[in-house]
Amino acid sequence: MSNHRALSLHIPAPPSRPGDAPDFTGLTLPELGTTRRPEVLTHEAEMRDMPYGLVRVLDENGVAVGPWKPALASEILHRGLRAMLLTRVFDTHMFGAHREGKNSFYMKSTGEEAIGAASSLALGRSDMCFPTYRMASYLIAREYPLLDMVNQIYSNAADPLKGRQMPILYSARAYGFYSIAGNVGSRFGHAVGWAMASAYKHDDKIAIAFVGEGTTAEGNFHEAMTFAAVYHAPVILCITNNQWAISSFQGIAGGAETTFAARAIGYGLPGLRVDGNDFLAVTAATQWAAERARSNHGATLIEFVTYRVGGHSTSDDPARYRPTDEPAGWPLGDPIERLKMHLIALGEWSEARHQALVCEVTEQVRDAAKAGEEIGVLGVSRPDRREMFEDVYKEPDWRLIEQRRELGI
Amino acid sequence: MAVMNMIQALNAALDIMLGRDPDVVIFGEDVGYFGGVFRVTNRLMAKHGLTRCFDAPLSEGGIVATAIGMGAYGLRPVVEIQFADYILPAFDQLVSEAARLRYRSGGEFWAPITVRSPYGGGIFGGQTHSASPEALFAHVSGLKTVIPSTPYDAKGLLISAIEDDDPVIFLEPKRIYNGPFDGRHDQPAIPWSQHPASAVPEDYYTIPLGKAAVVREGAEITVLAYGTMVHVSLRAVEEAGVDAEVIDLRSLVPLDIETIVASVRKTRRCVIVHEASRFAGFGAELLALVQERCFYHLEAPIERVAGWDTPYPHAFEWDYFPSPARVVSAMRRALEG
Repeated sequence: MSNHRALSLHIPAPPSRPGDAPDFTGLTLPELGTTRRPEVLTHEAEMRDMPYGLVRVLDENGVAVGPWKPALASEILHRGLRAMLLTRVFDTHMFGAHREGKNSFYMKSTGEEAIGAASSLALGRSDMCFPTYRMASYLIAREYPLLDMVNQIYSNAADPLKGRQMPILYSARAYGFYSIAGNVGSRFGHAVGWAMASAYKHDDKIAIAFVGEGTTAEGNFHEAMTFAAVYHAPVILCITNNQWAISSFQGIAGGAETTFAARAIGYGLPGLRVDGNDFLAVTAATQWAAERARSNHGATLIEFVTYRVGGHSTSDDPARYRPTDEPAGWPLGDPIERLKMHLIALGEWSEARHQALVCEVTEQVRDAAKAGEEIGVLGVSRPDRREMFEDVYKEPDWRLIEQRRELGI
Repeated sequence: MAVMNMIQALNAALDIMLGRDPDVVIFGEDVGYFGGVFRVTNRLMAKHGLTRCFDAPLSEGGIVATAIGMGAYGLRPVVEIQFADYILPAFDQLVSEAARLRYRSGGEFWAPITVRSPYGGGIFGGQTHSASPEALFAHVSGLKTVIPSTPYDAKGLLISAIEDDDPVIFLEPKRIYNGPFDGRHDQPAIPWSQHPASAVPEDYYTIPLGKAAVVREGAEITVLAYGTMVHVSLRAVEEAGVDAEVIDLRSLVPLDIETIVASVRKTRRCVIVHEASRFAGFGAELLALVQERCFYHLEAPIERVAGWDTPYPHAFEWDYFPSPARVVSAMRRALEG
């Protein structure tokens, strides 16, 4: 007879489900200012506490404090605020357009706008971002034309991607924004290869890549981390931990056992855990990792801790798996409100100016949406059908030409 | 001209491309210092430098993913997957990423990568050193699939594959790396030096993708084959004493449909030969194309000789590997039909 008790299988469960009170007591949030800022070129072995800390700059009054406080021109703060607001209003508008049947699908990034906006403004246009589908603020912060986004979402005659892609899977090479696809994680390694190419060419460009915390469970996360570490690739590898992968809480991806930033330790990479709703903290961490990459010291893994305020997509109803008031209980607040408070604390902003900006970006979104609708919404307007057969290869082979002719085009 | 086996011809192609184009980089498992388990990258690191030809972690998915990223940057990576049997961990990268990048990005990004991989059986490689996965790739829009059968073609096709701006799966029949094996496994191996296609120019030359080679002209029947099966088919034709036209496809995608159709319309009979298992193999596509385009010229049902629909077995190597005798039988059926 065995003296062991029978085994039992552990299935992680979130602290609260629909009907329960939101519970974030399991989230480790070190005191503001307690997470140190190592010198950029510190050896990884000297930084193994970092993945368990939390890089934060903005306190509850919007005052920037602590060692990570970045030296930022106020112009960047204003551009960041505008980009985040624009993203949120755009999301709301295009989500609504889906409900009106103007597009087939949409995904909002509500609550996560600081991550894209801040990292975008911290990097140069010749650096390349390998985004997820929840990174529109990266593109918007670079002033990519909203009309091009609308046209892509409507798959209309002016769609830059020629009607081939589902909405929001943008591609904008000139803006340092790599082609998105629906499958998760498979571009993480592309960023590493892109960065290796830059190093190979003795160039000065770096790459930044994003995955959600759910995607860290994919094999291609491990592959990318391994290659980034082995070849000292000048890349910033980022995990957007928004607590939810559709209906699965972050514990299903392994987040109940340790932090996602701590994954870095096993690869010998520095890992930073950063308040993703703190525009200044995101900027500071991105700058730190960028400087490390540009000085040939290789890759950094950053976990941005944030919260997915909206549903996963237009096809998802989060009320079926989490408390409806959970977003309101998120302890790191709202990225837009926090940057707004910071600008007010600096004496550079006011409620009145903020409301004026909200009106301005709302009008900007309406104008872009209207211009896109004039070209046409889904099913009303679309690119030339010949485009269906182009770009499969650089030149179509006989099959594609024959098949195109079969359609009479 | 120099006399080369297929390994030397492939090595020469890589050497030339490293010399011609600073954007060409080579990496894969054991390809660097060691020169590859089949010696195809022998001495390239020593000659061209550590960053031009280097070792990679044991991660097929990572190798192809980083190659795609390099390609998007502007490099022209040539990566090696040690055996085609082990390409499957990279299948997602090849299908979901490399093949679709140009299409989905509206032409903004593309992946001019070449994925070299030894493939095929006849070496007692068992289940994981014998596979012929070409049909998996031929089915994917956006990929090109190329298979040489001689040293001369291997060099010219590999240079074309590397220069091509689309992703190319370059499958190397490892059974004929050292000599033109014709299926007679009970006879001494023949080195490439006894075969005219071992005469390989030392300089740069290309063979265009999408052009088949008529390796034997004939009037009675058309045999479509590629890789090792070209040599098996030629042997079968010789044994049967049939006036067959043997076509080495060389490139499955793009496919040289004109050469195939012209030949079958002339001979009115067709046998398709490949090592890969039969069901939904590339032979099924060839058969369908010939049927669609040559129906009123055909005098007999199109025959297929292929591997059985089993995993590749070890002890039953020569029962599985399509033999000249099986090709002879298929030709006889087609000629009598």
